[in-house]
Amino acid sequence: MEINQLHYELDARRMFCPMPVIRTQDKVNTLQVGDTLEVVATDPGVLSDIPAWCRINGHKILNTREVDDEVFVLVEVCDT
Amino acid sequence: MSQQRKAVALISGGLDSLLAAKVMLEQGIHVEGINFFTGFCVEGHTHAIRKQDKDKPKRNNALWSAEQLGIKLHIIDVVDEYKDVLINPKHGYGKNMNPCLDCKVFMVNKAKQWAEENDFDFIITGEVVGQRPMSQRKETMPIVSRESGADDRLLRPLCAKNLPPTLPETEGWVKRDEMYGFSGRNRKPQMALAAEFGFEDYAKPAGGCCFLTDESYSAKIVDLWDARGTREYEMDDIMLLKVGRHIRPAPHYKLIVGREDGENKFMQGYKNSFISLKTIGVPGPLTLLDGVATDDDLKVAAQITARFSQGKNAENVTIEARRTNGDTTTLDVKPMTAEEIKPEWYV
Repeated sequence: MEINQLHYELDARRMFCPMPVIRTQDKVNTLQVGDTLEVVATDPGVLSDIPAWCRINGHKILNTREVDDEVFVLVEVCDT
Repeated sequence: MSQQRKAVALISGGLDSLLAAKVMLEQGIHVEGINFFTGFCVEGHTHAIRKQDKDKPKRNNALWSAEQLGIKLHIIDVVDEYKDVLINPKHGYGKNMNPCLDCKVFMVNKAKQWAEENDFDFIITGEVVGQRPMSQRKETMPIVSRESGADDRLLRPLCAKNLPPTLPETEGWVKRDEMYGFSGRNRKPQMALAAEFGFEDYAKPAGGCCFLTDESYSAKIVDLWDARGTREYEMDDIMLLKVGRHIRPAPHYKLIVGREDGENKFMQGYKNSFISLKTIGVPGPLTLLDGVATDDDLKVAAQITARFSQGKNAENVTIEARRTNGDTTTLDVKPMTAEEIKPEWYV
């Protein structure tokens, strides 16, 4: 990560889709190209919905993982 | 070279909006999708809550549609703004608590605002004349155009040939003869067009995508409003109406009894907002008590909780009642029989 690129976190626990997607979208819209955003959620639907939203809108999924009942999705903001 | 015109498409995730957007893309229009989350959308929530739905594919059909089309999709949270649509629908409700015409006016108006803010030229929907009894009739389509403020910038590509020409047509941005004249409830023309475009596995039209068209859900909303004496609601109310058995033994309180593990787990998140009851020593539901309860009411709630536990045939079941401040009380109760739970208690 370059010096000007920042990492953010978004807590979407206890939200159900599409709310985590909406919160991700709204946050990403405020970030700079190259910034990363890690979303943590409890609705496993984010594992399909956030990557779908990223594919549609030109952003990159760097990683997804599940830990216990929580899901983590790491998004890189791209130039769209 | 002529300027490429831009349209924002209302994308519900159903077939019609998918096709309408595709028809415009075929005409060289730049299309982006918009999808409004009212809180009453069927997709998502219950699939995530109920364990029995876990095996169903978790696909947001609006996102899927946008991906098939290769367009951007903007999902907008309108939960708060939508309250006024539901509580005060100018054109009334449909068969249940569905304010379909006001809803369509609201969404087209929101899309119009978005189009203006983002320098888009017109709005498209997948509406078809005569397809829906309330919002998609020949008489109501001009109402949507007029009351939304979109006027002749609202284009319905699937039935455009049945309607007066719109601005995109008169200005030559789109070709009227390359749009369609679908009407009525017959879905075959849309299915044929989908096949022509190569769309497969699209969401099947059945029952709509809104909880407000559901009779049982609508009854629960009316009950909630009646009990509170106000038609206000919050997102948590919407969510809780989607889960559990709703039983109202008396006007001043209601029980929400989890039906399976997924719902029980979800309802645990509300233990600090409601009195909650659970069985001790035998598997059973989590019950939330919405309202004010006397000791006698708490006993009834415990007996009903026991009724839906695996101890329903036992002489006594132990129930722990937890207040919102964390204080607990233990009750040993005889489970109610099925007959003792009056049919009119079920909301």
